[in-house]
Amino acid sequence: MTAPPSSTDASPETIAVFGGVYNNYLSLQAVIDDARAQGAQRIYCLGDIGGFGPHPDRSVPILQREGVLTMQGNYDHSIGNELEDCACGYTDPRDNHFAQISYDYTLGHTSDAHKAWLRDLPTEFRLEFGGHRLLMAHGSPRRVNEFLWASTTPRPFIRRLLDEHEADLLLVTHTGIHWSRFLEEEPTRGVVNVGAIGRPANDGRTEVWYALLTAPERPGLPIDVTFRPIAYDHARLAADMRAEALPEEFVETILTGWWTTCLEILPIKERSRSRY
Amino acid sequence: MTAQPLPPPDDTDQPVSLGGDTPQPGPVLPFAALDTLWLQITGTICNIACRHCFITCGPKNDSHPMMDEEHVLETLREAYDRGVREYYFTGGEPFMHPKILPIIEATLAQGPLTILTNGILITDTLAARLAEIAQASEYSLDVRVSIDGTTPEENDPIRGKNTFHRILAGAQALHRGGINPVFTVTTVHARLAESEGRAEFLALLRELGFTRPRLKMIPPFKLGREVRRGGGYDAAEYLVEGDLMDGEEHVLQCGSCRMVTAKGVYPCPILIEEEGARMGDTLADALKPIRLDQRACYTCHVEGFTCST
Ligand code: SF4
Ligand code: SF4
Ligand SMILES: [Fe+2]
Repeated sequence: MTAPPSSTDASPETIAVFGGVYNNYLSLQAVIDDARAQGAQRIYCLGDIGGFGPHPDRSVPILQREGVLTMQGNYDHSIGNELEDCACGYTDPRDNHFAQISYDYTLGHTSDAHKAWLRDLPTEFRLEFGGHRLLMAHGSPRRVNEFLWASTTPRPFIRRLLDEHEADLLLVTHTGIHWSRFLEEEPTRGVVNVGAIGRPANDGRTEVWYALLTAPERPGLPIDVTFRPIAYDHARLAADMRAEALPEEFVETILTGWWTTCLEILPIKERSRSRY
Repeated sequence: MTAQPLPPPDDTDQPVSLGGDTPQPGPVLPFAALDTLWLQITGTICNIACRHCFITCGPKNDSHPMMDEEHVLETLREAYDRGVREYYFTGGEPFMHPKILPIIEATLAQGPLTILTNGILITDTLAARLAEIAQASEYSLDVRVSIDGTTPEENDPIRGKNTFHRILAGAQALHRGGINPVFTVTTVHARLAESEGRAEFLALLRELGFTRPRLKMIPPFKLGREVRRGGGYDAAEYLVEGDLMDGEEHVLQCGSCRMVTAKGVYPCPILIEEEGARMGDTLADALKPIRLDQRACYTCHVEGFTCST
């Protein structure tokens, strides 16, 4: 894949980072448009292009055309290699049941050319950004399907991950809920989970979220991290999903902002804020 | 927090035997990282004495005494410096510890915590206090309540007279206080491991007002008091070199956990009463590969089991 010139600027000042497209080609375009309007010079996708939503073959061309620097998530690895399941790491039978429906649908509707593209995506990005070492990974830098949730990723552990992987700021996705945490003793170092743009963040809102990073004016100051809520034509997505006979449970999430599946994997703190 | 240099992990990568009696050397499990730290907070001291307890806990068993508060805090400081991800408290019965609340608060200040309890000592007042502490932390607090059947007839012969109702009363107090416990069921009654058994349990819990019932099944370990109840391991139940899958250190909890008790450091919560499984006095002694040469390791491997929630 050849990226347009904007993706290779020597030192960007603003970048956009998102993950978890989950076939939501409508929010994908809306997020990219917003990122450009905000002045993002590079746009990164941390993987999981498929799953959940309709028309798997619509998202990959958008990522390619827009020059989004895209990483392989567990989903993309599974689809690219035609594995039997998404390797999401769910443990509950009901979660797995719904995950399998999305997976079989996505696998059956992804072209061979797109599978090949997904199979060959990189699995990590590193860059210097405003004097800080940025490391991007899908789940965590040590395992593609490790879940980094806000309530189970404490600071001492973050510091260990950063030290072991020689980074100051770690950006991940895979959980679907965005959050960030910085070290008390070194406030420029931390983790940003960029969340997902393919479905709402289980917060009762229909918008999806991505992270916009702005380099500090001087090295040594922290990077500014802003989570941006993005509205898109979610009613149209819901109609598409129904037309494709995807589970009504998924449609409800798109229309209400509350998750109806994958709930058992949430830690208790995240779960207690959840409607279901 | 402390910036004292940590003693380096013993850098001989020689795997440590767990002192089991298997006829051939056990397979070597690499040590991936210290993600999970268990604390045997009340040692082997428990307010009840279940017939299947694999570490033979009871009111009079101080084989492992309670950890004193200072030892716990010191362990927490070291865990902080080593970047531990999550904590588990067990016993015995953790709520028998006179300093349990400040210890819980100190732990939740540095990471998520799961407490394993039989629920009997949990009153509305205690539950409300726990919920308050949980609210105040940015990390998750999970409470796991053990129960072994859907009726007193099924549970009480294992856990003791009247325990069924007292366990449920404690769990309901937690739920009223705002903490949704995980019910932990040892599958000594094989039917509970089947999907109908699960469904029956979930139905009971919903009926009792647990709107989002949570359930975890645990295979019995044929150790401790369970040997008298259900029998010990068969001669052929052990692991040998070549039995483990690639990457099994990410499946078995002992690839990324250690257990600290008042008596020292062990690979996991299952083996604290097994001669030879003690790895040393300090965590630094214990952050190395182990040979899975205890018979209980067979259960973990075959069931793909982990004690974590
Ligand atoms: S199984 Fe748990 S509750 Fe029962 S005696 Fe052992 S430690 Fe106590
Ligand atoms: S009993 Fe299980 S957890 Fe403990 S050392 Fe053996 S395999 Fe690991
Ligand atoms: Fe993922």
